[in-house]
Amino acid sequence: MKFRGLIFANLFRKKVRFLLTIGSFAVALLLFTFLAVVKSAFSRGTEIAGADRLIVVSRIGLMQLMPISYRDKILAIPGVKAVTHNHWFGGVYQDEKNFFPQFVIDPEYQRRVMTELVVPDDQWNNFLKDRQGAIAGARTAERFHWKIGDRIPIKTTLYGGSSWQFNLDGIYHSERAGGDESQFWLQWKYFDENAPDAVKSTAGWYVVKLDSPDDAVRVAKAIDEKFANSSFETKTETESAFAAYFVKQFGNIELLILTIGSVVFFTLLLVTGNTMAISVRERTSELAVLKAIGFSGRAVLFFVLAESVIIALLGGFLGLVLAYLAIPVIGLALTGLLPPLILSKSLLTLGLGFALFVGGVSGLLPGIGAMRLRVVNALRRV
Amino acid sequence: MVQVDGHGATASLIQVRGLDKKYKRGSEEIHVLQGLNLDVDQGEFVAFMGPSGSGKTTLLNLLGGLDVPSAGSIVVSGDEITHMSRGKLTEWRARHVGFIFQMYNLIPVLTAYQNVELPLLLTKLSGAERRKHVETALGLVGLADRMRHYPRQLSGGQEQRVAIARAVVSDPTFLLCDEPTGDLDRKSADEIMALIERLVREYRKTVLMVTHDPVVAQRADTTLHLEKGALVEAGQRRRVPAGGVA
Ligand SMILES: Nc1ncnc2c1ncn2[C@@H]1O[C@H](COP(=O)(O)OP(=O)(O)OP(=O)(O)O)[C@@H](O)[C@H]1O
Ligand SMILES: [Mg+2]
Repeated sequence: MKFRGLIFANLFRKKVRFLLTIGSFAVALLLFTFLAVVKSAFSRGTEIAGADRLIVVSRIGLMQLMPISYRDKILAIPGVKAVTHNHWFGGVYQDEKNFFPQFVIDPEYQRRVMTELVVPDDQWNNFLKDRQGAIAGARTAERFHWKIGDRIPIKTTLYGGSSWQFNLDGIYHSERAGGDESQFWLQWKYFDENAPDAVKSTAGWYVVKLDSPDDAVRVAKAIDEKFANSSFETKTETESAFAAYFVKQFGNIELLILTIGSVVFFTLLLVTGNTMAISVRERTSELAVLKAIGFSGRAVLFFVLAESVIIALLGGFLGLVLAYLAIPVIGLALTGLLPPLILSKSLLTLGLGFALFVGGVSGLLPGIGAMRLRVVNALRRV
Repeated sequence: MVQVDGHGATASLIQVRGLDKKYKRGSEEIHVLQGLNLDVDQGEFVAFMGPSGSGKTTLLNLLGGLDVPSAGSIVVSGDEITHMSRGKLTEWRARHVGFIFQMYNLIPVLTAYQNVELPLLLTKLSGAERRKHVETALGLVGLADRMRHYPRQLSGGQEQRVAIARAVVSDPTFLLCDEPTGDLDRKSADEIMALIERLVREYRKTVLMVTHDPVVAQRADTTLHLEKGALVEAGQRRRVPAGGVA
């Protein structure tokens, strides 16, 4: 492009300003990407929830237990393929800050319901034979440098303050990108034997695998009807509805992130728009000369736009590189507090698109001003 | 022949007839040019003089297609430019007009070479052809060794010579100079004028120049005075008395 020289000469006209503008793009993009990653981490549960799974909880509340006998009753309902049940164990490993979710599971059906969480067969068989066995998600195992065969003490806070001992028999991986690999599974039988009387023979919630996602509404209704008017009524929802409800427990994260994101967006737009406006205004007479020489209004608009878009792309790219480097580190620091932070390709593309958009818009107004500039007036002002 | 009575030959390069320019400033209307006539032939060198505010710059802007008149016509080598669309006029300027301003108006972030190359970027010339033209133009103004210099690294006279190279590099039909020596000392002014004169005498360029300086005007074939919105002939070349030097 023969106009390259002109465009780049103008870009570097004020080097400090050029670097500062690129810097504001980079910082904004870093923040933008971080917010987007956090948002997607929270909504991921909803997105990757199995469409063919239902969650059955007590009508009274999430922490209310239900009789274990419900398992077989639910299994008998047509359209149900498998049922597993869980308890929230809520223990502490070494220190409060080492949080990870521990679930009491039903070994018989767990793998058939949570099909995407994969444990190698030999590990699973060892687990079945071992009353004190446990399976850990790959992320948690990695976090504490656990190896198979390790003995893991977990202090419970809900079930009589003592320390429970587990043997790590296996490690599960999620087949779905972004799946939860932080859980820790222990056997219901072991739990039931050692739990206080009030907790014996109960389940915290049931997870139901359906023959087909089309049955979701019908089966959910059938389950709730079956236990209606009993002392333990149920509330059955699809897994995604449940996940969405669960995220809401954190407060309206989406709104918060959207608000911060919009502030970042408009700040960046104002900053770069203002910078471009100043940079165009201070060379009004030069633009007038270009037009006198025979450059069209559209050419001048193009020069201004090209400049702001190049700045946006450079700054945006820098911000994304920073995000790419920083997010894994931040994610590690926040393990346990937040779901895993994943910087996907589509997010990177979105970020670059965002930068491009801001660059274009902020160059547009000054560019149109330059395009409409009347040569005679502009030269007279010199 | 330069004529101001509106009876020039139809073959003249520039033909201005009944040119009117009014400016509105609030409710007040200023009638700057009033039925101005002008004929200029190819290869002529015309100087315009007149008191400040008499409309000299206004006239050059109209001749250069930077502004549109309130009435009247301007025909340049057969093209009536007063009714051209803005886009057409821009293209016409690129092909036919070379501008030289009092303040040189070079682009400060471009080198002398890049400044001179600007008008050629609007043509279909290849990079190599552009280089040849730019080098020729800079050689013509005697700055072949200053190609990589930025305007701030040049003296005022050198800057104006770069500006002249930029004005002639695309070989326009005519040159418009608005006080080309207005910001220069006598010596630099003389060099610039010698250069412009050479463009006329050797290269048969047509030059229309505004100046306040009688010595500068003396270089032209014809000096015209702008009085009450019209041009009057002031004198032929060499007829300004030597004592008139400021
Ligand atoms: N855009 C404009 N709006 C209003 N009035 C204008 C405009 N441009 C020029 N004028 C007026 O028109 C008159 C002629 O201006 P012009 O610049 O052509 O004069 P000039 O002969 O070039 O003066 P100088 O020798 O000072 O350069 C002046 O009175 C000026 O104030
Ligand atoms: Mg003037």
